[in-house]
Amino acid sequence: MNESVVASPERGAPGAQPGLLPSGRRRARLRRWRAFKDSAARYGIGTAGVGVVMALALIFVYLFSEVLPLLTPADVKPLQRYELPVEAGAQPAYLSMERYEELGVVFSDRGEVGFFETGSGRVRERVPLPVPEGVEVTAFSHAETGQNLAVYGLSDGRVLVGRHTYALTYPDDRRYIDPGVEYPLGQAPLELDPQGRALHSVAIQEGDNGFALAAITADQRLLFSRITTSTNVFTGETTAERETYTLPAVPDRMRQVRVTRDHRAVFVIGASGSLHYYDVTHPGQARRMESRQVVPEGEQITATAFLVGTRSLITGGSDGSLDQWFLARGEDNVRRLVHARSFEDHDAAITTIAPEKSRKGFYAGDASGTLGIHYATSDRTLLLKTVADAPISHIGVSPVYEALLVASGDGAVQFMDLRNPHPEYSLQALWGSVLYEGNEEPMYQWQSSSASDEFEPKFSLVPLTLGTLKAAFFAMLFAMPLGLMGAVYTAYFMHSSVRGFVKPTVEIMEAMPTVILGFLAGLWLAPFVENHLPAVFSILLLMPLAMILTGLVWSRLPDAIRRRVPAGLEMLMLVPVVILLGWVCIALSPVVELLFFGGNMRQWFTNIGIDYDQRNALVVGMAMGFAVIPTIFSIAEDAVFNVPKHLTQGSLALGATAWQTVVGVVLPTASPGMFAAVMMGFGRAVGETMIVLMATGNTPVMDFSLFSGMRTLSANVAVEMPETAVGSTHYRILFLSALVLLVITFIVNTASEIIRQRLRQRYSNL
Amino acid sequence: MTIRKWFKSGAPWIWLNAGAIAVSVIMVVGLLTLILVRGFGHFWPAPILETQVTTPEGGSVRVVGALVRSETIPTQVMRESGMSVPDDQQVATRHLIKQGNRDVTGRDFRWYPEWAMSEWRYPDAALWIERREWGDFYGFPLRLLENGRVIAEGEARVWEALQPRIERANRIHEEIESIQRGEIGRVNYLMERVRLDQRRAQMAFEQGEIDAAERDRRLAELDVRQQELSARYGELRQQLEDLYDQVDRDVLVARVADGREWQVPVAQIVRAAQPNAMGVFQKLGLYGERLWNFFTGYPREANTEGGIFPAIFGTVAMVFVMSIIVTPFGVLAAIYLREYARQGTLLRMIRISVYNLAGVPSIVFGVFGLGFFVYFVGGAIDEAFFPAALPSPTFGTPGLLWASLTLALLTLPVVIVATEEGLARIPSTVRHGSLALGATKSETLWRVVVPLATPAMMTGLILAIARAAGEVAPLMLVGVVKLAPTLPVDGNFPYVHLERKIMHLGFHIYDVGFQSPNVEAAQPLVYATAMSLVVLIVVLNLTAINIRNRLREKYRGESD
Repeated sequence: MNESVVASPERGAPGAQPGLLPSGRRRARLRRWRAFKDSAARYGIGTAGVGVVMALALIFVYLFSEVLPLLTPADVKPLQRYELPVEAGAQPAYLSMERYEELGVVFSDRGEVGFFETGSGRVRERVPLPVPEGVEVTAFSHAETGQNLAVYGLSDGRVLVGRHTYALTYPDDRRYIDPGVEYPLGQAPLELDPQGRALHSVAIQEGDNGFALAAITADQRLLFSRITTSTNVFTGETTAERETYTLPAVPDRMRQVRVTRDHRAVFVIGASGSLHYYDVTHPGQARRMESRQVVPEGEQITATAFLVGTRSLITGGSDGSLDQWFLARGEDNVRRLVHARSFEDHDAAITTIAPEKSRKGFYAGDASGTLGIHYATSDRTLLLKTVADAPISHIGVSPVYEALLVASGDGAVQFMDLRNPHPEYSLQALWGSVLYEGNEEPMYQWQSSSASDEFEPKFSLVPLTLGTLKAAFFAMLFAMPLGLMGAVYTAYFMHSSVRGFVKPTVEIMEAMPTVILGFLAGLWLAPFVENHLPAVFSILLLMPLAMILTGLVWSRLPDAIRRRVPAGLEMLMLVPVVILLGWVCIALSPVVELLFFGGNMRQWFTNIGIDYDQRNALVVGMAMGFAVIPTIFSIAEDAVFNVPKHLTQGSLALGATAWQTVVGVVLPTASPGMFAAVMMGFGRAVGETMIVLMATGNTPVMDFSLFSGMRTLSANVAVEMPETAVGSTHYRILFLSALVLLVITFIVNTASEIIRQRLRQRYSNL
Repeated sequence: MTIRKWFKSGAPWIWLNAGAIAVSVIMVVGLLTLILVRGFGHFWPAPILETQVTTPEGGSVRVVGALVRSETIPTQVMRESGMSVPDDQQVATRHLIKQGNRDVTGRDFRWYPEWAMSEWRYPDAALWIERREWGDFYGFPLRLLENGRVIAEGEARVWEALQPRIERANRIHEEIESIQRGEIGRVNYLMERVRLDQRRAQMAFEQGEIDAAERDRRLAELDVRQQELSARYGELRQQLEDLYDQVDRDVLVARVADGREWQVPVAQIVRAAQPNAMGVFQKLGLYGERLWNFFTGYPREANTEGGIFPAIFGTVAMVFVMSIIVTPFGVLAAIYLREYARQGTLLRMIRISVYNLAGVPSIVFGVFGLGFFVYFVGGAIDEAFFPAALPSPTFGTPGLLWASLTLALLTLPVVIVATEEGLARIPSTVRHGSLALGATKSETLWRVVVPLATPAMMTGLILAIARAAGEVAPLMLVGVVKLAPTLPVDGNFPYVHLERKIMHLGFHIYDVGFQSPNVEAAQPLVYATAMSLVVLIVVLNLTAINIRNRLREKYRGESD
């Protein structure tokens, strides 16, 4: 073989006639290259295809993964154990932690504050409070956790108020927390009991207009005092104005007193397990409003604490029971004590209750060393776990709920890791009726956030789901007759030349951006409907009659005229009728309003007890109905149109009228397809966001009234998602509602798709 | 045929069915007409009416303005809303008059009952002014001042002298705009880059990548750069101030409806006209100018006036990026599902699932986009590539890229369905012919099948674009804002800024229509925006339908 041949393969074999084929080796190489390209394409496309499918599946997976943490159980894990920095012989009276969980604080029952590092127990600082010589501490109490405010009751009837503070500095770019104690009412003790008797129990809360103090003296008098402070702008001096009142005593031995932050209620715990409520809105005329027995005879109330906001009082009994109480305003505008709920019992007497700083949860310790984590709104007991051998005496909760300090009777404290991210979640809280603070009756409510910290979030998905169904229902009520009947006519009766124009006209509306429909519904249709209510109703009533009447008149006309118009043009004949009737109804609307509804139909509705919102279900029904008509129409029309012709012709040949053929043959055959069309339309109505966002008031309601608005799941997500904190319970519940929407529409769409496929097979068999 | 027989034959039902489709068609056509008429009508120079209105107290006020709409309602409704109505009237017509002059009267839209109005006149001298602030102005020209000196007096002279001065002011304004948007925007952008570089140098030092000397050297360089930029910024500010001084030269004094004299700085005037004195062609000219300005101008007054250019640009940019993402993936997935994957029950389930994703509420995609793309992926990108900018996020916040990606996911099923349909329509004879000639599967695919299916892919893409352009709900979560300070494409490196937030036509409608304080004033603009969106989407859809139909015809012929 000659080199030049290899170099010029197009010549073929030497000596032979030059062929068009390349040489064998070259062809083999080309074949290999082509085979390689072929399999490369196969794998490349395969990877891309599977990747895309995976990416779409990821939507499910990701939504689940964001919802799943809601179900994480609460747990605690001991990290460190050390002695508390209290002076010899003294006992801890209160335990807490600052925001970064670096420092803990312990108040002793002798009037000393100790700050220690939570990780190691090393003492950072010990601050003895200025308790005067010769006077003893007889009582202690702490205000709401977030206020960092504590009060000591002294043996001479005076009180000492202190606040623990944590100053943040960043030397060398590192966080350093400098703890300290402040005296908001001055360093000198403040006289509370003019008679100077020892105070057995004290309580303090700081409210918007100063401090409220309450105390029980050694001789069983009940004192209530309000202190309004004002700071002189020029001298910086603080002056306190104080008024003290003696409240009537209770028919029981008083053991403990509590005061609320709004300075309007005082609670007293009796020695025999009774709870008494005083209304101190006008302290001069304060009286005992109500008394309740909290625990069975022979048992006692051993611990109490307010939940954040001081609206709910939690009582713990010597029988291990835990109950929530709050004041609710009844219809007569009088506040009454309501027993909200009982939590899961502990096995031993409750010894301490520590509320959370900004959630409605609390931590309870009992005499057997068991720690309980409870949550009020969701009515859950998240954890009951024995963490100490001795009775738990105090619990300190981190303001961010990631650590706990648990002191047991033997003087040791455990620093524990806490995992309790979503206590607000429970099936009951989401789907059941819940007794919220300040209400007499349980209810379904969605109210996820508010400006204040002490707000109780209400996460009931029931009003949102109901709103979604309500909007979809009215939309379907409007769209189904128009879409389905229109489809039957277009597919079966309509003249083909008209059909060629009508079908795409209706179908193109499917691509209409819903934001435009929503805008028109909210800004044009809603005011229009409000001003022309009689027109709307008269159109709904008269339109079908007018159509039939037109038909009747047509059928009476002489044959000569009727023959001139080919069949299938009824629709064109009706167009002027519909327009004319609509115009007449609108033009006569004020007259009708005047004759039958006293000149203002909206007012008339209000008078007969129907609330009328401008943006209501009627408007949404029309707008969203309009949005789903194309979906329903398009699928149903296909189903009817594809009914095999020999079936209908057979029916007609046997003497059935056109309509009898429709009812007897076409509809039964096409009904699965029409059902699928309705399902598709429903799926679209359920998930529609912009129309409901713009055409309803977005108020979560629990009624099905045509004249009130609603808030749907989708609109709720659109409104609240950008504002919620990532990872919070609210965030995850919004993900849950998105997941609910996804699953509902997916099931509905899949069902209708399967029905359609079956139908297609059936047609091909007929 | 007796009536009874007629009813028995079922004919009334046929008429009812016909009525249903008649109502549907009327609604569709009516809706489109409403949008188009109101949208296009807004720019037509409305005649200015002048009339005397008797007040309930017995006095009389002069009203000058344009009629917005009229309605007839029972007087009971008026009485209940606190108006005094003559007792003998039961039904009354009232007119909504746009009086403009928000700075003069505080109320630019007002209802007046017809019975209280005297005859309407349309004075030729009535002047309509579109202003940069405070909305429109209606009045009668009196004088024109230049630096406080009267240079023209009397309606005709003022009108004549006014036009060139408005043009001059507008030219200066354009210059101001170009400096503000272009030059100053650029300097700001560069300054931010310098700040990030400083941060980066410091961070590199802290992590031990460079030593102190190197850091100081870099910082010194950056300092020089920063000073240059500050100097440049100062110059630009000075230029701007000069321009502002120039533009404030002329002031128009006009008489408003209640007879007071009111000063309108010419710098505030966008355009002025005397619509009552204009002929049809003049009006057409003004109409075209306003329409053009609407499409190319920037919004003013919290989006309630001016143009919608950034919204159009944002929509187009987002749709463009989305198309780049969705086309290859959608087509490849469709080819895989149709040509390579083993056909069976599993594939059928996958196919149904993919198809059904098209019916999943778009807000669900928005939630996914926010959680997964923005917070999860975006957060990770920020940590890895933009640590210097933290804690302010670069990609870890809603933006163009995430909006496009989310919509790409949303429209993926549309493209897949259309492409699959196209592939399925190609007759197997074509395929077999290619294979019989010895082509491999991939060669058959790329050289025969895919080219034939290209129109189907185009259809899918157009449908996807139409859907994406109209979606709003998911975009509210993943990257659309009411007012974006910068466009996603500009002259600063790297020219395309995928992390920026964008404006969007659909969101513009929602925002201006529902979040703006003066709904009545904003409404015409919302109609105009809606009209643009509708036209865009209807045109896209008609194109897609057209392509699809032609395609069907083509293959019907070939497969025979």
